[in-house]
Amino acid sequence: MKPAPFSYVVARSADDVVAALADGRTDVLAGGQSLVLEMNYRARRPARLVDINRVPGFDRLEPDGDVLRVGPLVRHRAFEGDTVPGPLGTLLRRVVHHIAHPPIRARGTLLGSLAYAHPAAEWPAVVTALGADLELTGRDGHRTVSAADFFRGPFDTARRAGELLTELRVPLLPPGTRVGFAEHRRTHASFAQLAVIAAVTLTQGRVSAARIGLVNAADRPVRAHGAEAALLNRPLDDPAITEAGRVAAEQDADPRPQPHADLGYQRHAVAVLTRRALAQARDQG
Amino acid sequence: MTLVHLTLTVNGRAYDLDVEPRRTLADALREDCGLTGTHLGCEHGVCGACTVLVDGEAVRSCLMFAVQCDGAVIRTVEGLAGADGTQHPLQAAFSAEHALQCGFCTPGFLMLAAGALEADPGVVGDAERLRELLTSNLCRCTGYEAIRRAVVAAAGDQHPGQPESGR
Repeated sequence: MKPAPFSYVVARSADDVVAALADGRTDVLAGGQSLVLEMNYRARRPARLVDINRVPGFDRLEPDGDVLRVGPLVRHRAFEGDTVPGPLGTLLRRVVHHIAHPPIRARGTLLGSLAYAHPAAEWPAVVTALGADLELTGRDGHRTVSAADFFRGPFDTARRAGELLTELRVPLLPPGTRVGFAEHRRTHASFAQLAVIAAVTLTQGRVSAARIGLVNAADRPVRAHGAEAALLNRPLDDPAITEAGRVAAEQDADPRPQPHADLGYQRHAVAVLTRRALAQARDQG
Repeated sequence: MTLVHLTLTVNGRAYDLDVEPRRTLADALREDCGLTGTHLGCEHGVCGACTVLVDGEAVRSCLMFAVQCDGAVIRTVEGLAGADGTQHPLQAAFSAEHALQCGFCTPGFLMLAAGALEADPGVVGDAERLRELLTSNLCRCTGYEAIRRAVVAAAGDQHPGQPESGR
């Protein structure tokens, strides 16, 4: 199908974008890899698009102190290479290969994925697990929202009408942190049915910090605080990993009915994937 | 509806167009430029039949609007062969390896592979990367293995000495 008619404006600055969004009938066009297909379906019919692809500086991707700053035009593909150093770079590199295909990753953006908040998307759970902050810009200036507060449900975020998601700030992972990612899909080309992100810091052989995120295991991205607590001050061995998987499945996950997976199956899969992600972190760093 | 004036440079030729903002790049190429080699399958980014190169990068032309490409350099399947009709190494390899039957997906696969080989011919030396690349597009006839062989063979023709893993 073809999109419904709309008008189009090119932004040259964040102020341009905010000004364009003020009419309440304008959508932001970044990578467009979800927006345009929804427009092709006519599931979305914005009166106008504001194209942010020509805003200077929106493609910034840089470590700054103890955080990684990600601008609104950083494409998924940017995380395939070595741009982001350390364990955070390793984690993002593992995750990004699960996102769509190379031509989609060349256009689609990380911040766009966060703003879209698809329930099966990997990035929202990654930034939730890592305790990232998001900067929103509107007519009244900037405000910062934690990832934990940003995601409210499928396709539902704390972004208000008239606001642009202008920056993601992800805390860098300390040296010695080991990372893992495990995902299950019904077919190779399907969206994630479930996925688990793990980042575990070991100090003198024991877990001193753990960050575990669950994709599609509730109505929003989950930080698995219970599973994290189950790992603390223990060696990252099989019993600890098994216990963390059990807690993630029984306490942290809050699965909703899916057409092809009942709740028991989903909890079982959360346990399995948590164990796989943690084992990968232990064995492959 | 207001028309927007823009210039697309396609296969080295400038096309001055007046299109609605909602015109996808795919439709602009086919309907306004008359370049029907770019095929449209699903129109939602899944099949990859509409893959073209925009500023050297393989993209789904059904998921971009033509207005976004004002001033961009676009290459389509019509631009692969030489001016005298000499086949591009990928086209010759697809023919030699029987990498197509109905041919509907072929323009998309050719442009996907052309973009990847130009960016990094080493992609054919990494079986996993090549597999990931070729899962981008759908082919319902050949089963992909012939396509994989053709891309490996074409990389060898373009860049003698490249490893031809898995042949």
